Amino acid sequence: MTLLSFWLLYTIIPPIIDWAIINSVWTAGSRKECWDQMPTPGAGACWAFIENRIGLFTYGFYPEPLRWRVNLSFVLFVLAAIPVLTDKLPFRKYGLMYSAAFPFLVGWLLVGGWGLEPVDTDQFGGIMLTLVIGVTGITFSLPIGIALALGRQSKMPVLRMLCVLFIEFIRGVPLITLLFVASTMLNYFLPPGTVFDLLLRVLIMVTLFASAYMAEIVRGGLQAIEKGQHEAGDSLGLSYWQAQRLIVLPQALKIAIPNIVNAFIGLYKDTTLVLIIGLLDILGLGDSSLADLDWAGLANELYLFVALFFFTCCFSMSRYSLYLEKKLHTGH
Amino acid sequence: MPITDNTKTSQEETMITIESMHKWFDDFHVLKNINLEVKKGEKVVICGPSGSGKSTLIRCINRLEVHQQGSIIVDGTELTNDLKNIEIVRSEVGMVFQHFNLFPHLTALENCSLAPIWVRKTPKAEAEKIAMEYLERVKIPEQAHKFPGQLSGGQQQRVAIARSLCMNPRIMLFDEPTSALDPEMIKEVLDVMIELAESGMTMLVVTHEMGFATAVGDCVIFMDEGEIIEKNNPKDFFNNPQHDRTKLFLSQIL
Repeated sequence: MTLLSFWLLYTIIPPIIDWAIINSVWTAGSRKECWDQMPTPGAGACWAFIENRIGLFTYGFYPEPLRWRVNLSFVLFVLAAIPVLTDKLPFRKYGLMYSAAFPFLVGWLLVGGWGLEPVDTDQFGGIMLTLVIGVTGITFSLPIGIALALGRQSKMPVLRMLCVLFIEFIRGVPLITLLFVASTMLNYFLPPGTVFDLLLRVLIMVTLFASAYMAEIVRGGLQAIEKGQHEAGDSLGLSYWQAQRLIVLPQALKIAIPNIVNAFIGLYKDTTLVLIIGLLDILGLGDSSLADLDWAGLANELYLFVALFFFTCCFSMSRYSLYLEKKLHTGH
Repeated sequence: MPITDNTKTSQEETMITIESMHKWFDDFHVLKNINLEVKKGEKVVICGPSGSGKSTLIRCINRLEVHQQGSIIVDGTELTNDLKNIEIVRSEVGMVFQHFNLFPHLTALENCSLAPIWVRKTPKAEAEKIAMEYLERVKIPEQAHKFPGQLSGGQQQRVAIARSLCMNPRIMLFDEPTSALDPEMIKEVLDVMIELAESGMTMLVVTHEMGFATAVGDCVIFMDEGEIIEKNNPKDFFNNPQHDRTKLFLSQIL
């Protein structure tokens, strides 16, 4: 078995290295120039293609003079993530307040208005669009999902029924269908003449979709909490919300971490589905770049790049979740 | 002699009054016509075969279980569906469970300071100071920063007692506090309970520890099939049981 594995690695890895590194070309003006620099055309990867298009892949059609706003948003995003992801931070309370304000701050920064030059959301694209959809879905689906999960266990029949209906309806419909609903049908329901931004509709649909799944994941965690925990909270005089917040949810969410992160990763990758309704995320832009005659035929390079991008994001999420599980383990 | 009268009434102060109380679990009649009065500082030990309703009875006193008929008045507050009343009663009644029910994601100290901080709105530093005092009283101050999962059963139960005491309750309920413990740990928990009893706390204890009953109990109640069969002081209860079912029960456990 071991020998077989080594043999497989030996036959697979060297050609990949040859292609991706040794014979690769990093600067060229077109595919032709690229392949001219290689021993045989296509013997190496033409990374010049990615390099040439990186601006497009990152910012989409966002107006070039305003790209600093995207860059700033990205820096703000990293800054907002820090207080959420680490807990031993001075002034973490203020950090968290900033993190809570972050989505609105960046929404303003990217879309413009109120003193900033407005940018139409059609011009969003590439990695930036992927991040906007992914981060929005992830940050809003967790709180909504928790609320739905608690609602589903509520003793108030109307509230419980509404939550069950919502969750079951959303879970019963494919995301693509919901996206089509977002792109076409919502206009019928709204009064004629209202302009309801397509990206905003997509964000809402993706968030609702993710929330329904999140609700079921959180419910699984909630059910794993023993009755005795609720009773202990009750007997100490904690109110329902105090007990949920201080006792039940911290434990339930901890149990649910692997599944929550799993859902986040799935959601993040599902953002590529928006290309079906004409939003050009990184995959959509890549595809359309392949149609450029100068660069046609470089699908391997493109998809490898896209795959690498998603892998980096998803792998860091899964690593972080492992770290979190370890940190929260309290020996029981 | 008004002064003596005052002392007398405070000594005779009734903490819990239960009158013709019934409870059903669906069709099952768990508690039948319960009448019970507990005075301030009294230690009541409740025993009986499993399924006799003794746990359910004390769980009714802080409304973990809802009774359907009759009345329960705890320290002047009647237990009804009124959430305010339930809140008042729960903040005055501490409870210790068979399976400890400590919060596993919090340290022993945090377990103890949680309710004072959130329910009583005690400042954190002060709540932790009080928590530390009670952890010392149950003789495990050195375990304050450990998580429940890192403590032995006996230590966990002592933390649970300290957690209840931190709310400064007027009544303590114990629901089989030693039956989930290994034999060598029972004593350390009973010692804490005996010390608590000697400090004058009103206590209702569901237990089969007859040593505890004779040492600190003011009265022993025997329950069977949802009824209070016999109520007597510990000495007469063990030496001279009146009822056949009590005799049978005592012959099985002693």
